[in-house]
Amino acid sequence: MIKVEGLTKRYARTVAVDNISFEVGKGKIIGFLGPNGAGKTTTMRVLTCYLPPTDGTASVAGFDVMKQPLEVKRRIGYLPEAPPLYPEMEVIEYLDFVARLKGIPRSEIKGRVDNVIQRCAIGDVRTKLLGKLSKGYRQRVGLAQAIIHNPDVLVLDEPTAGLDPKQIIETRQLIKSLAGDHTIILSTHILPEVEQTCQEVIIINRGKLVATDSVENLTRRLRGSEAVAVEVESRDSALDPAAVRRRLEQVPGVSRVIPKAEDGKRCSFEVESLQGRSVRAEVARAIVEAGWNMTELRPVAFSLEEIFLQLTAKEEAPEGGAQ
Amino acid sequence: MRNVFTIYRKELKSYFASPIAYLLMVVFALIFGYIFYAGVAIFVTRGLESQMFGRGMPMDMNEWVIRPWLMNMSVIGLFMIPMITMRLFAEEKRSGTIELLMTSPVRDTEIILGKWLAAFTMLVILLAAPALNLGFLFAYGKPDWRPIVVGYLGLLLQGGALLAIGTLISTMTRNQIIAGGATFAVCLLLWILDWVSTYETAAWAKVVSYLSVVTHYEPFSKGVLDSKDVIFYLSVIFFGLFLTARSMESVRWRA
Repeated sequence: MIKVEGLTKRYARTVAVDNISFEVGKGKIIGFLGPNGAGKTTTMRVLTCYLPPTDGTASVAGFDVMKQPLEVKRRIGYLPEAPPLYPEMEVIEYLDFVARLKGIPRSEIKGRVDNVIQRCAIGDVRTKLLGKLSKGYRQRVGLAQAIIHNPDVLVLDEPTAGLDPKQIIETRQLIKSLAGDHTIILSTHILPEVEQTCQEVIIINRGKLVATDSVENLTRRLRGSEAVAVEVESRDSALDPAAVRRRLEQVPGVSRVIPKAEDGKRCSFEVESLQGRSVRAEVARAIVEAGWNMTELRPVAFSLEEIFLQLTAKEEAPEGGAQ
Repeated sequence: MRNVFTIYRKELKSYFASPIAYLLMVVFALIFGYIFYAGVAIFVTRGLESQMFGRGMPMDMNEWVIRPWLMNMSVIGLFMIPMITMRLFAEEKRSGTIELLMTSPVRDTEIILGKWLAAFTMLVILLAAPALNLGFLFAYGKPDWRPIVVGYLGLLLQGGALLAIGTLISTMTRNQIIAGGATFAVCLLLWILDWVSTYETAAWAKVVSYLSVVTHYEPFSKGVLDSKDVIFYLSVIFFGLFLTARSMESVRWRA
């Protein structure tokens, strides 16, 4: 449904998004996870044709955001971080305006407006001025606005930011109820939010893609495991990388060994541990006892865990109340 | 076309949702009510005087009352333009609603046209209220209606041109006050550029004076419909809206 290839967005001096590629299948809820300033909003703005990419391509439902923006815009619903509301309008008047703007045929407008009012549970404020609504209602009207034309893809930028715990739960339920009909991308900097609402997750940090995986896989990998880079060198003869790999995999606590590079005498791997295990000492002993030299052993920079810590350390406290 | 109308309707409604439209209408009606009264009072006094002194010179109502009145409207109208255009884009940029417009299946040109047309309609409404005064002239005298129509056409063209410039300036900032202030400065400049012709006759002075919107209004106030002035205003409207479209594009690239 969504295809992003080599997407780069550069502002005057900063690179907001750096060569990101990913694909999203139909009907899925994707979490777009990253700390503040990671490039989430920029990527979403490119997808919604608000910003043109500096490099790379993005397409929605087979239409390129640069070449056929009107087709893309017809198929996309977007809720920016601050809901785009006109304070002087009434809720129903606003939804009517958006419906016209999105090109819904005149005869269907009333039906569509009633439908989203019911789905987003904003019936009791339908004649209130938008400027007088509470934060939770503003968010829901924003969501109603995004789904009014029944778009294939729904892009939600931090849909639960600034809501109170009860509203967060309601909003999450609402988003989940929308899945199936729509492909949903939602950005957040809160990990539990991804766990609770999304099926797949894309992690970005400082404009770079860190990982894409299903939520279960990722949380399994994240929780307490560590990744170390290991470089092994033979003392005399040529080195058999397969043998080294086998040896590493036998080390207790190691969950996965990923070959990185090899050149005759030397080869390197990335070793991931099981949850809650530190394997550096065992790995070092195993290598040396097998008669090889260990030339490098270091934790991998920007492991998922580090990012996870970065993400959760900041958010644990306020999020605790929401559970 | 439907999209233009959607934007137009929303924009016009929002003028009347805030006090700005009513305020402008009241101010406009008061100022031109007074200027009209003053013009008629002078006309009547002079008329009585010339009768008393036995000079039976016929006095032209169009010449004495309507022409200065229209000229004043042209100049004072300059000061109303910023209040009409300043919020057009600046407010949408500030509140973030511009994201809604720019991610909806609507072309930039449709947004611009809708907004400019709404501003233009606001101007028509503003100009319509003082026109009621002219009804008195028709009730008690016999003014020629044709110069009035041409004069009003000129006001609309001049206003439309300045609105296009104001719309352009409104896309350049997210602060209404800055947009309004800058538009006011440009309108003022376009008025006083004409003054250079009073002390300088070199070629550059003619060019500068040609740029003044008020210079081009003068023939209209006399009831002269000159294609050169019509084209001047139309080209300013077109050029202003064209630059607005370019400016919106740059908003996308820089935002």
